[in-house]
Formats: sequence, C-alpha cells, structure tokens
Amino acid sequence: MVSNLKTSSFVDEISAIPGGEGVRNCIQCGTCTASCPNADKMDHTPSELIAMARAGMKNEVLSSNAMWYCLSCYLCTVRCPRGIKQTDLMHALECLAVREGLSHGRTLTPAMYRSFNDFVYSLGSLPEMGFMTWFYMLTNPLRAIRMLPVAIRLFRHGRLNVKARRLTPQGTDQLRAILDKAESLGGVS
Amino acid sequence: MKQYAYFPGCSASEGGAKAYGRSALAVSKVLDIELVEIEDWNCCGSTPYSSFEELASFCLSARNLALAEGMGLDIVTPCSSCYVILSRTNAYLKQYPHLKAQVAEALAAGGLEYHGTTKVRHLLDVFVNDIGYDAIGAAVKRSLEGLKVAPYYGCQLVRPRFGFDHPENPQSMDRLITSLGGEPVDFPMKARCCGGSLIISEEDLVLGLIGKILNSALDRGAECLITPCPLCQTNLDAYQNQANKKLHSSFDLPILFFTQLMGVAFGLSEEELGLRSCIVPAEKALAKYL
Ligand code: SF4
Ligand code: SF4
Repeated sequence: MVSNLKTSSFVDEISAIPGGEGVRNCIQCGTCTASCPNADKMDHTPSELIAMARAGMKNEVLSSNAMWYCLSCYLCTVRCPRGIKQTDLMHALECLAVREGLSHGRTLTPAMYRSFNDFVYSLGSLPEMGFMTWFYMLTNPLRAIRMLPVAIRLFRHGRLNVKARRLTPQGTDQLRAILDKAESLGGVS
Repeated sequence: MKQYAYFPGCSASEGGAKAYGRSALAVSKVLDIELVEIEDWNCCGSTPYSSFEELASFCLSARNLALAEGMGLDIVTPCSSCYVILSRTNAYLKQYPHLKAQVAEALAAGGLEYHGTTKVRHLLDVFVNDIGYDAIGAAVKRSLEGLKVAPYYGCQLVRPRFGFDHPENPQSMDRLITSLGGEPVDFPMKARCCGGSLIISEEDLVLGLIGKILNSALDRGAECLITPCPLCQTNLDAYQNQANKKLHSSFDLPILFFTQLMGVAFGLSEEELGLRSCIVPAEKALAKYL
C-alpha cells in the first residue's frame, strides 16, 4: 500500500520543477506513448511513468530507464490533449534521478551526458572529439575501436577538431562564476 | 542590411559542422544579412545539461541571451538544438518567476543581467520570413531545375511549437526548395526523429531510426536531402555507412545543410560552401549545378 502522504510529496516534487506541473492533469489517454519512437525500449512507457508518479512510486519511476531513452523529439508534447509537456517532464525526472543518485537501467546515456557536461563546464564549449573519446574510455574502450571508421571518415573530411574553441579568460571566469552560483542554489524546485 | 546576434553553436562554429557555419555566413551575405557573432558565447548545454542540472542549463542559455541583449539584437542560430534550448529558457523565464529569480542571482555572480527582451530565431525562419521566398528566388543564379530534394526538418526546428511552421507537417523548406528552382520531395518521415545525441550511447537503436528516414526519402525519389541541424546532418551522413552495415542496405544519399543547397543555387563555390565535408559525396547529384 502506498500512503497518501508519500503520494502527494512525490507529485509535489515533480510539480515544482518547471514543466513538471502537468502530471496532475494527465487523463491517461496514451497519446504520448503511441507517439513515442522509443516507447518499446522503455521499461515503462511515458504514460505509465505518469501513472506511477501519481501513485507515489518514486523509486520505481526514478530508477526507470524510460527518460534516458527519451530523444527530446517533442512529438508527445505537441500531441498531448492536456497540454502536458511530457518531454520536459522526462528531463525533470532525469534531474531528480541524478539528484537522488538512482541507477538508470542499463543505458549508457547518463554517462554520456555526464562527460558532455564536464567538458561544457570546464571549457564553455564542446570539443566533439575529446568528448567522444572520453566517453568511450569511461564506458567501453572497445566501442571506441568500433567507432574508429566513423572517426576516420570525419577526420578525412576535415570534421574532427583536435583543438577546442576556448572562451576568453574573462568569459571563462564569468561562466564558471555563474555555474558555481547555480550549483550552490541547488535545483530549480 | 538586416543585423542579428549570431549564435553558431559548437558544431557549426569549429566543430563537425563547420561547413554549416561557413555556408550560413556566405549565403547570408548574398541576402544582405549581417550575422554579428556574439563575443565569448558559451555552449547552450543541449539536451545533456538539461537532463542533469536544470538550473545550470537555464543559466548557460541565459548568459547567451544576456550577451545578445547587450548588443540590442535578436539571436539567430543555425542549430536546431541550440534553438530549442535557448527558446525554452526564454519562455520559462517569463513563465516561472521563481526560476527567473534564481537565474538572475546566478547571472549576477558573473556581473550580468537579463531583462528578457532577446528574441530567439532559427536561421531558416529568418531567411524565409524576414527575407522571403521572392527575394531568395531573385538571388538564384543557377536554378536547381530537375533536382529532387528531400526537405528533412527533424524535430527541434518545429517542435514544441515556435509558430513559424507546422510541428508535424512543416512546409518552409519545401517552399524554399521551390524558390531555388528545385523539386521538393514529400516524404512521410520529414519531421521524425533521427535519434539525436543518443547515437553515441545507443548506436544500434539510432541506426534503425536513420534507416527509416533514408528509406522514406529514397522511396519518394530524392536525389539529395537537406537539413537545418548539425546533429541530424551528422547522424544521416557520417553514420550512413554504419546504417548500411547494420541494416544490410545500400543507402547512398547525399546529406546537405539547407544553406549549402542555397549556396549552390546562388552560384557560390564548392569551397565557400564546404561541400567536400560531406561524407557521402554530393558532387555527383549536384554536378549539373556546380
Ligand atoms: S498524452 Fe498527455 S494526457 Fe494523454 S497520457 Fe500522455 S501525458 Fe497523459
Ligand atoms: S520527446 Fe521523448 S518521450 Fe516524448 S515522444 Fe519523443 S522520445 Fe518519446
């Protein structure tokens, strides 16, 4: 049995995140799920995830792999008859899962996102080559070898940059001051 | 001359889509548009940042919006992902006062302020709406007559709703192709997802999506495909070979940025348009027009 107290607190937590307030309005019509190109890869479909969240199943929702398979294609968002921003809700759930330190199914997407963010934080821009190498080394160096043909083709066509674009020292300092402040303020809720 | 604060984004500036940035600037010049690059802009954070740290991701966008506001110009970006991220921040700052206050506090730590006056535009929107199809048609030196082009919109140019085109059955690039003298190919997958950044973490899954899009365009007789997004271009072009291996297919469809195709019709050189950066060679399909 799920207690009412638990039910309301998880829904409140989600509703407090911009884009998450819609969970209360869902009529479980399933349009989002039917529109989702990746619903079959998810352990819980987008509409199921909302039903579970409303039932207070916080752990189950946050340890789902569903949001990590979201492609941000926004099809669900433009089709929802209740105007729920399902895509933003997926992002909100990802942020909550990260904050709670919950595992994310078996997808490598969280690790990939993390490498990306580390680069953006330290450089203010994204050197694609460094980011991809770093990600493959962290997760599975064998994949790096499999992806070599793609990398070589990109390189031959002048599309792999070894040198990263840098902000000016003042710009870098300014960006870090902003991001550090954001971190100290905690989440958006 | 129209002026905009130019936000190239990482890919189109010095990343894998350099040719996009280069052709965007070249074509804009022909159309008498000045793209003034925002000094010291930072990465928009794309999907990865908004999936990990929401507040920080809004701040990444807000810094760029504030810098553009300081220039007194609207932001224009050629990248669909930057477009969606910057637009979302702009909308949310208006909608959620609590978020606005937190972002303002973070920006202040960097000595910045944002008043919410910057408009965010995609380069395609600027071309077709501020300049217009007629003016674009008037700049054509070599009509693309007879060329069948698949306009691939993907997701984040048209969704969620930005108002300048239909979220599921967009037409702006179809009309653009027509004004260049070419023939737009109507194909069912034109606004479906290419898999985006998950190509890196979930390659097999994304190769399947890529295959569906290429199939759909080729079925309708496309000789080349155009896109308004660096990520879509990379997936469809650089991974076309991987898709062939996985799906036992023999796709051979050149994938161009829409700015490159415009440049060809405007008579610009291959060099200026960076056509050689296409992994699937485009020269054969475009031979008549180069
Ligand atoms: S489409 Fe909207 S209302 Fe229907 S199930 Fe999905 S979120 Fe709920
Ligand atoms: S935005 Fe995400 S959840 Fe919504 S349809 Fe696309 S992949 Fe599915």
